[in-house]
Amino acid sequence: MYRKPTFASNLIRHLVIWLVLVFALFPVIWIISGSFNPANTLVGQKLIPEQPSWVNYRALINSPQHPFPLWMWNSIKIALITSILAVAMTSLAAYAFSRFRFRGRRNGLFVFLLIQVFPQLLAMVAIYLLFLEVQKIFPAFGLNTHRALIITYLGGAIGVNTWLMKGYLDTIPRSLEEAAYIDGASPFQAFYRIILPLARPILAVLFFLQFIGIYSEFVLARVLLSSKENLTLAVGLQTFISEQYGKRWGVFSAAALLGAIPIVLLFFLVQKHIVSGLNRGGVKG
Amino acid sequence: MFLDKVLAKKILKIFFFATFDALALWSAVTLYTQQAYTFLVILLIGTVLLNLTYLSEKHYPLKYIVPGTLFMLFLVVYPIFYTVYVSLTNFGTGNILSKDQVIRQLEERYYHPENATEYSYAAFINDDNGDYIVLLKDNAGNLLLGQDGEIEEIAGNDNRLLDQDQDGVIEQIDGYRLLTRKEIFKNLAELQKIKLHAQGKVIQLKNFASFTEYIPQYNYRPEDNLIVNLKNGEEYFVEEGYFVSRQGERLEPGFRFFIGADNFLRLLQDKRISGPFLRVFIWTFQWAFLSVLTTFVLGMILAILLNDKFLRFRGLYRALLVIPYSIPAFISALVWRGLFDDTVGIINKLLQAVLGSGLPWLNDPFWAKTALIIINLWLGFPYMMLICLGALQSIPEENYEAAAIDGASGWQQFRYITLPMLLVSVGPLLIASFAFNFNNFVVIYLYNRGRPAMVGAQTPAGATDILISYTYRLSFESGRGADFGLASAVTIIIFMITALITWFNFRYTGALEEVKENV
Repeated sequence: MYRKPTFASNLIRHLVIWLVLVFALFPVIWIISGSFNPANTLVGQKLIPEQPSWVNYRALINSPQHPFPLWMWNSIKIALITSILAVAMTSLAAYAFSRFRFRGRRNGLFVFLLIQVFPQLLAMVAIYLLFLEVQKIFPAFGLNTHRALIITYLGGAIGVNTWLMKGYLDTIPRSLEEAAYIDGASPFQAFYRIILPLARPILAVLFFLQFIGIYSEFVLARVLLSSKENLTLAVGLQTFISEQYGKRWGVFSAAALLGAIPIVLLFFLVQKHIVSGLNRGGVKG
Repeated sequence: MFLDKVLAKKILKIFFFATFDALALWSAVTLYTQQAYTFLVILLIGTVLLNLTYLSEKHYPLKYIVPGTLFMLFLVVYPIFYTVYVSLTNFGTGNILSKDQVIRQLEERYYHPENATEYSYAAFINDDNGDYIVLLKDNAGNLLLGQDGEIEEIAGNDNRLLDQDQDGVIEQIDGYRLLTRKEIFKNLAELQKIKLHAQGKVIQLKNFASFTEYIPQYNYRPEDNLIVNLKNGEEYFVEEGYFVSRQGERLEPGFRFFIGADNFLRLLQDKRISGPFLRVFIWTFQWAFLSVLTTFVLGMILAILLNDKFLRFRGLYRALLVIPYSIPAFISALVWRGLFDDTVGIINKLLQAVLGSGLPWLNDPFWAKTALIIINLWLGFPYMMLICLGALQSIPEENYEAAAIDGASGWQQFRYITLPMLLVSVGPLLIASFAFNFNNFVVIYLYNRGRPAMVGAQTPAGATDILISYTYRLSFESGRGADFGLASAVTIIIFMITALITWFNFRYTGALEEVKENV
């Protein structure tokens, strides 16, 4: 299909790509520029700030009105705890589905597949009401607690990941465990000592994907969390900027940039797996 | 040594489950006293299941599956069923509580009868834990001791009452110290919380100087299913989630109750609801379709360009073009909201410089929708580019060679080879992407929260609201109060559409059959 292009057609191709590049990168560049613009408004912003300064970053870190570092910490903490627990529970379930033969195995796998058809956010009203009830009885797990949010995320994380993980485990030859059994290992030891170390790559990928997904989640956090010091970055940033684009643009830009950097880095780290996962039907949230 | 280890493990396990079951039992008692029977059943089933799974050696694989499954059942499956239940009720502001809870609440309301006894009082405090005792005296001079919500008659010479200086004023009871007038004034709010129960009455603080009797105002008669106002004998009957008198007076709060398909009928028949709902419904489909179309077209063009081995800087271009996809969507949506801002946004400033005036990106339905499509194009084209790049590599080069020999033009090669083959392999992903955007709450809500508002809508519906953001606003942002029932009805409709799309996708790809063969 492709031949060595003529000069003109080559020029057109590069032009088209450059045009899209401008579209793709302009918001990013504009945010970087805005974060260094000391005026903190959208009105007077130039592409290259006349007197670049760290003023917005300092305001971001020090303001008690919008505890950005705390929000960021909340997001990282919640994403971290959820991802670790989710990967642990996922590997256990995936191992059983991959290695053991038992009644109800196929049906169980189907249920896991069918449930993930309905994204958890669809049931946000029910989940909110659920924790409203829980709150009356066990306030420690009620609305506006990180525990409630983590538990919610855990519930939603199991279905998809079990399938991805099972697919990977199926490719590890059984002979490895059989050798371990002969040496007297229990099934759990075989899983823990033999299979898990071999599955490290997929564990890492699942962990990072899960982390990215939860860090970026907005709806359920919005519904379940309410007090300022409990918010995640996604909800905090939204309440902070809420319609005040004229006045808070500089600080918001700095926050957006700092908030995005960890995820962008993680994304490029696991990009290869995201891309191969894409062709298997995953859609990033 | 080995045996010891096994034994130690067993003991540890039994110890762990003993603790766990004790905790579960404690929770069960709490749940029972709170009359939270649904949770109680869930807790009991869960506990029994966990014990059976881990303490017996039967069903060994379950040990691996149960932890994750429990979370999934409780937070994915149960909410789905609960949504169905709520959609069939009038659950919402004013009707939050169950009927039992409302009856209990009403029965705890008291009124002050006309000939009620009044008591002068002295209050005593335990400085260690802040508990109070009150000593009441009626007009006849009888003494009553009120403690821990109970009342007890007491003689003036009871040995608990200490009057050390013999001036007729008790200074101490059981180690509780008399409050001065100043302290009473300071602790009035605390004293108001004291409720002393005696023979169906409640004795409570009336004003600074006295306590008085209150008697229950409402009584529920289960055999007639009605509430009687004991003050005036008025009867209140159950009517549409409230207790209502013959004159039509309603007792607040209302309770939630089963209303069948009413919420669904409201969506279809109530003109002030169905009109906006229909517009939201249509826009949701337009939005999902246009999102997929625009992102796919741009992604495909870029993929075809970048797939060319003769193109310089391919790797660099690809890495840069993926950047929008790597940024969390909530950040991108908020940033774009700033760029599109009507008054201070850079886009309108550029338009002003070029065209002389900006566009109403937030307040005009058409332009708000256009902005959303542009934003979602930005967010989504890298994904389409990546999947198309993957798919293009699987199209054999010979097809093009054969076509070239037959004299096909570049366009014909694209139209009859590239596009059909691309669509076959990325088709399922396009459908998945449609389903995803169908519920793409983040972009819609963070850009403009569904606004501009529709004129004349009874429910909070906006021109850019999609179904999922509509349910959110019905539940959490309505000025008229939450309508969880209606929101859940809309959610059920989303469930059905999502299920339909997915079913279609499975049929189209044969994914289910493939899964069946491979599990």
